[in-house]
Amino acid sequence: MPALGADMTAGRLIAWLKRPGETVTRGDIIAEVDTDKGVIEVEVFTSGVLEKTLVEPGAKVPVGTPLAVIREAGGTPAPAPTPVAVPTPEGRAPVSPAARRLAAELGVDPAAVRGSGPEGAVTLEDVRRASGKGVRGERMRQAVAAAVTRSKREIPHYYIGHTIDLGPVTTWLAEQNRDRPVARRLVHSAVLLKAVAVTLRDFPELNARWVEGRAAPIADINVGLAISLRDGGLVAPALHHADRLSVDELMSTTLDLVERARAGTLRSSELSDPTITVTILGERGVDTVYGVIYPPQVAIVGFGKVVQGAWVVDGGVVVRPLVRATLAADHRVSDGHRGALFLAGVADRLREPGRL
Amino acid sequence: MTRDELRQAVLGVLKDIAPEADLSRLAPDAPIRDQLDIDSIDFMRFLIGINEKLHVDVPEADYQKVASLNGMLQYLGDRLSA
Amino acid sequence: MTTLSYREAVRSALRDALRADPRVFLMGEDVGRYGGAYAASKGLLEEFGPERVRDTPLSESTFVGAGIGAALGGMRPIVEVMTVNFSLLALDQIVNNAATLRHMSGGQFSIPLVIRMATGAGRQLAAQHSHSLEGWYAHIPGITVLAPATVADARGMLLAALRRPDPVVIFEHASLYPVEEEADEHAGPGDITQAVVRRSGADVTAVTYGGSLGKTLSAAEQLQASGISTEVIDLRSLRPLDVETVLASIKKTHRAVIVDEGWRTGSLAAEVSARIMEGAFYDLDAPVARLCSAEVPMPYAKHLEDAALPQPETIVDAVTALFGRRG
Repeated sequence: MPALGADMTAGRLIAWLKRPGETVTRGDIIAEVDTDKGVIEVEVFTSGVLEKTLVEPGAKVPVGTPLAVIREAGGTPAPAPTPVAVPTPEGRAPVSPAARRLAAELGVDPAAVRGSGPEGAVTLEDVRRASGKGVRGERMRQAVAAAVTRSKREIPHYYIGHTIDLGPVTTWLAEQNRDRPVARRLVHSAVLLKAVAVTLRDFPELNARWVEGRAAPIADINVGLAISLRDGGLVAPALHHADRLSVDELMSTTLDLVERARAGTLRSSELSDPTITVTILGERGVDTVYGVIYPPQVAIVGFGKVVQGAWVVDGGVVVRPLVRATLAADHRVSDGHRGALFLAGVADRLREPGRL
Repeated sequence: MTRDELRQAVLGVLKDIAPEADLSRLAPDAPIRDQLDIDSIDFMRFLIGINEKLHVDVPEADYQKVASLNGMLQYLGDRLSA
Repeated sequence: MTTLSYREAVRSALRDALRADPRVFLMGEDVGRYGGAYAASKGLLEEFGPERVRDTPLSESTFVGAGIGAALGGMRPIVEVMTVNFSLLALDQIVNNAATLRHMSGGQFSIPLVIRMATGAGRQLAAQHSHSLEGWYAHIPGITVLAPATVADARGMLLAALRRPDPVVIFEHASLYPVEEEADEHAGPGDITQAVVRRSGADVTAVTYGGSLGKTLSAAEQLQASGISTEVIDLRSLRPLDVETVLASIKKTHRAVIVDEGWRTGSLAAEVSARIMEGAFYDLDAPVARLCSAEVPMPYAKHLEDAALPQPETIVDAVTALFGRRG
């Protein structure tokens, strides 16, 4: 309700001259209002569509009361839309000129390649990935090759293995997951990572950096999780402060890291910060993994495949899900005794997964 | 949703998880995880994607039923028509 | 090498030019007694006297015309137009006389004139005093257009411009005057033809000039944290454009964004984009992006002016959008 006179405090709406749904243009007369000075026409100052009226004809309302809602034409520009593969009417997504040229060279059909560029366009990287020759994969392979060569040349590795009964973990996970929606469900890996991270608090000689001839302990426990990239290559980005994250947080962070590792959008801090690496290769069907330490780290923990096996409980043989845990560590910094205590500590923690 | 649309939807989510794979060569009755080298984390991402796209939450007890492509399609078809 | 401000670099070039060649003189509004609207000529009147450092009346058309005449007569004038905004009053002199007389005289006349202008927005000087019209000048055959973005270029490009037999227009972004960098205050004339890669990168090429260089470099730092490696190119010469440097970069990165403080429509960025399309079409993995000022007369209110201009955050967004699902 406009103030149609300096001393006007209220006005009575007489009639609407436009109906909801009608387009209004700036300057149109939209209503008639009765004031002390007589009937006055009310004009609008915006253009758009009259969405709804808020005051009935006959009602007297104070100046300033909203009378109607107008949906303006235009408005704020939309934020950049999340790109989705949008096929053209012929059913083909756009292909960048560079990608099309490379596809021709490599004998790849660009129409069959999934695009990750703006508006679902097929890009160079998409074509490379489809042909099995990921550029990022190659760069990364070379980096990994250099790191493991140096590792085997300079670090005296010792290896310890330990079989752990994951019965309590499996039972606990089944109970947890029964009531959880899929997006919040947990997998074994998250529990294993937490057990390793927490146990490391007592074993600083396994969470250190080898620099200039000595091991410098690191206060933070940033567990690097080995993630294989689908076009070949391996990254082990850090789960920062893994010992302080809950199992839930470790799970969601792991999902995020895997997603971004595959998309190539890991942050440099994630790649440079791991203080130890954990590799969980059991899914590929091997029962034991002997890791290669990534310098300047001084240890790497491995987990193999969870298999149902014979286990002795209270003098009797039962079937339990068993996993083979291994530690490869730098013998200049720790010895087998400490390594063994570490793995035993991890096993202890996995007996009570609810307390992790 | 037709069986074909359902199939396209599932393959779409799978393409997200294994972008380099040639899904036209996926054996429909063999376990997906083995054929596409999908580990437990990727399998979670697959199920989360199915849930986001089709609003079907596959509980852990039913994981065995959805191990193959045909198994997944049958299961989703039943859930969606229920 | 010493730490020098952009303003001091300009002043040192003016001083050395005035000392070295008696034909050189400086002319413009407030260049003498006031020491220059941006203090670029502070102390020069005292050192060289009123014949060499001349305060002019408030008439751009007159004193730019006089500069053209002086150049025709064998002098080496440096005409300072306080800002590009006021140069509009001298456009006829620049476009119809300075740019054309060599051509129209069949080569008999040359105009070795250097015009320096402050340019750009960011100090709440509002609609009439915030233009970035480098693109307009770069449109005109017959003149050379330069945009020094670094302290070293502020000195080197001015000294090199004075050696050219034809008119050179130099744009000094007003926000750059107080910027300090390590530079050689005795360096001679620099190159005025090449674009320079100011930051090396692999994933995207960001092309820019003048006052936007700092923001683009800042955006490149931020993008690095997201895993996007940005190559930043400073155009330096706006006419002629060193397209080769830009194309070579795009052959490597396959993506480009152009950051230009002018308005988008018919901008210098549009010209660079067209050249990229012509020269590197088959190397492009995404459309060339342009980040320019909003298509409005420059606002006065600070938050509106900031929103109208390219900023490191909007540069980051423009680059990130080139990658689709990534970033």
